[in-house]
Amino acid sequence: MTLSRRAFMALGCSAAASPLLTPVALASAPFDQRLVVIILRGGMDGLGVVTPYGDPNLATLRGPQRVGGRGGHLDLDGFYAMHPAMAPLWPMWKAGQLSFVQAVSTPYRDKRSHFDGQDILEAGTQDEGGTPARDGWLNRMLQTVPGLRAETAYAIGQGEMYLLKGAAPVSNWSPEVDLSISPQGLLLADLIMHDDPMFRDALAEALELADGDGTAVSDMTGGESPQGTMNAMQRARGGKGHIKVAEFAAKRLREDSRIAAFSINGWDTHRGQTRGLERAVGRLADTLMTLRTTLKSEWKRTTVIAMTEFGRTVRSNGSDGTDHGTGGAMILAGGAVKGGRVLGDWPGLSEADLYARRDLMPTRDVRAHAAWVIRGLFGTDRTALETSIFPGLDMGDDPGLLL
Amino acid sequence: MTFDPITAAIRFGSGLSPRFAPPSDLDALLDQARRPDRAAEAFPIQPFEEFVHRMAEYRTLVKRRRDTRGTADFEAARKAANVYNKAARQDAVRWMGHAILRRTRADDGLRERLTGFWADHFTAFGKGGIARWGGSSYVETSIRPHVMGRFDDMLVEVIRAPLMLMYLDQDRSIGPNSQRGLKLRERGKPAGLNENLAREVLELHTLGVDGPYTQADVTQLAELFTGMDVQPPNGFNFRRNLAEPGAETVLGRTYGGGQATFADVEAALRDLAAHPATAAHIARKMAVHFVSDTPDPGLVQHLEARFLATDGDLGQVTQALLEHPAAWSRDAGNVKQPFDFVASAFRALDLGPEAFDGINERQALALLHVPMSHMGQTWQRPAGPDGFPEEDSAWITPQGLAARLRWAVSTPAILIKDLPDPRDFVETALGPRAPDAVRFAARASESVREGIGLILTSPAFQRT
Repeated sequence: MTLSRRAFMALGCSAAASPLLTPVALASAPFDQRLVVIILRGGMDGLGVVTPYGDPNLATLRGPQRVGGRGGHLDLDGFYAMHPAMAPLWPMWKAGQLSFVQAVSTPYRDKRSHFDGQDILEAGTQDEGGTPARDGWLNRMLQTVPGLRAETAYAIGQGEMYLLKGAAPVSNWSPEVDLSISPQGLLLADLIMHDDPMFRDALAEALELADGDGTAVSDMTGGESPQGTMNAMQRARGGKGHIKVAEFAAKRLREDSRIAAFSINGWDTHRGQTRGLERAVGRLADTLMTLRTTLKSEWKRTTVIAMTEFGRTVRSNGSDGTDHGTGGAMILAGGAVKGGRVLGDWPGLSEADLYARRDLMPTRDVRAHAAWVIRGLFGTDRTALETSIFPGLDMGDDPGLLL
Repeated sequence: MTFDPITAAIRFGSGLSPRFAPPSDLDALLDQARRPDRAAEAFPIQPFEEFVHRMAEYRTLVKRRRDTRGTADFEAARKAANVYNKAARQDAVRWMGHAILRRTRADDGLRERLTGFWADHFTAFGKGGIARWGGSSYVETSIRPHVMGRFDDMLVEVIRAPLMLMYLDQDRSIGPNSQRGLKLRERGKPAGLNENLAREVLELHTLGVDGPYTQADVTQLAELFTGMDVQPPNGFNFRRNLAEPGAETVLGRTYGGGQATFADVEAALRDLAAHPATAAHIARKMAVHFVSDTPDPGLVQHLEARFLATDGDLGQVTQALLEHPAAWSRDAGNVKQPFDFVASAFRALDLGPEAFDGINERQALALLHVPMSHMGQTWQRPAGPDGFPEEDSAWITPQGLAARLRWAVSTPAILIKDLPDPRDFVETALGPRAPDAVRFAARASESVREGIGLILTSPAFQRT
């Protein structure tokens, strides 16, 4: 039998006597719109996700595509079709809450390293050959917002979100670190941390968060067994951890948070791409569905941006995979999105159209779309966007991404 | 305040242990970093000059994999590369275990802590291929032998370390007017400077971000650095055909001008190491790391003066740190960083090599690597070349603290066969410092596992 912390308190422990019940202060957020940024780590194959089946060269490069029918790509507009594993998102597409942008990239070129590519994606800077900025673009955006609180923005999940690193206060949480300890253990933890404010406050907030993500903080059996904890930690590496992350994000966004950022890994499909991409796309689809379901009425004020460090080679590589490329795709979802469209200038796939005769030619800076979303959601000043948030960016014309 | 054995072990060493008595005086403490390195002998880590052979071998395997694509030999080539990579990855996990055992079953805590500090100051790791598993070897070869030596020697060693040259893209930097640069540009190919390493040497490694340098100094130093390259299996290689011709001026001093050699680079590095701004930068950073986020100004000045007076003799600078009364203040000390926390917890529990028997790579990751990531410190992978944060507030976040508590109540119970009685363990882990509340918690906890976990998560154990 599990027992939530609140239920335990209600059983007879005086709530007043316990500082564990100190609520996280709810601040009125400086804006009402919600933004979720998902980093797709590993280099998403944009051609496999939003497939330009209408391009006559595609069949030569990738083999013929099956569009329509069971297990085939879903036709979007007569030229592009989306990956079959996105089928659950079909209603979202039809409702105009999902769109794609093709042939975009960061300014990163030629070296095609995940590490540097992700750094530049998250720093939001030009590719100048040096270390990119030490803070991320989403943090620099937050720095322009007055009266910000740490709860406004959440970096979620294991691993650092460079995107949100910087001077503006940001919260971090990973549902994987759920506290697992007996009720007695919790009281004792509070006792030993009581006189050290840094520890006491962090514990109180951790309990609030752990309790708020749908799983019990403690149970009557004295917490899960150590072996169980280890198994849970192992499971979290490959299992349904992404759904817990999305649920947590949505719950915070329903309350006082406005911005959440996390990663979905597994896009580096050098071999066995058919299966690998299906899994990764499936995780992305699960995540978007979970966000929509859990955000409920707030979904209409929400924009989700999913972006990756680079696209992949247009040719298959001989082991049913693709290698690191340049131009790729971006995904936008949410009730605030003017969706049901595939945007972007399609460069074509003939030999002469490719970047370095191997990659999809990027026709626009992916940062421009992120910048227009931010401007649309939060009214951020264009000069700030082009100089401090995304240094060196020319936003160009408004692509009209939002309603 | 002056030396006391308990603070010495906790603040400047690997923590208290039921096996080893804390150092009895200042000399005994300093001796931990001066005497022969028995810990490294007992728990070896492959030196980089050996590891670099793996990089060469792996390159051959990867090339074969590429060349056989689409042929019948591909599958075998793919397997061979994977097997080779896996062995290196498993060694990297083993070396993480050895780094822990050096803290639990050897008694040179000061050397371990200094190594940790300098490895972070000179952050470098492999970004791809097999170099990803070479972090421990880099530290073993380029950092550890120098922690009580001269700062400029360590700097020169680190800057020519293959992992550093690759991490900060020096191996991509080509003098635009070098032989190679001219040839590439003739063919319309890009060839130019990469300033990454030069900038970080000035900003992070020597003068500090507020130091007296300009963009022009960065560019000049980057030009001077051209020629430094990595060539496994030899490792560092100075290639004259990459070097930008002509002399370079950094902070008003001119280097090179004749035939380019590494000696020009070395001269510039030694001058940077001797700069007063470097002394101030290092002094403050050591005081912050070992003592407090807001160190006593007198302590910082004392370190800085010793650095300058001894031309950066780090044995002397370390001694200056340890002989200053402010270093022994009993006001709440720094929060231990996750690895220091995990290792000191294991030291108090007297973890030995047998604890890892039957633990496979996957389990080791789940028990050590993943939890440390949740605590905010992915092993040997800080987010950038500025290393891990020093501020306590970066570590004791809701997530960071929850991860510490979750780890403390679970992992020791899995790895340690017979957990000690919490009522005894509170004395082992905290000594005479144990607060009454922690003693009470040790008595009142429902299970041994939770009792141990609570003691380890208490601020008294978490802080130095």
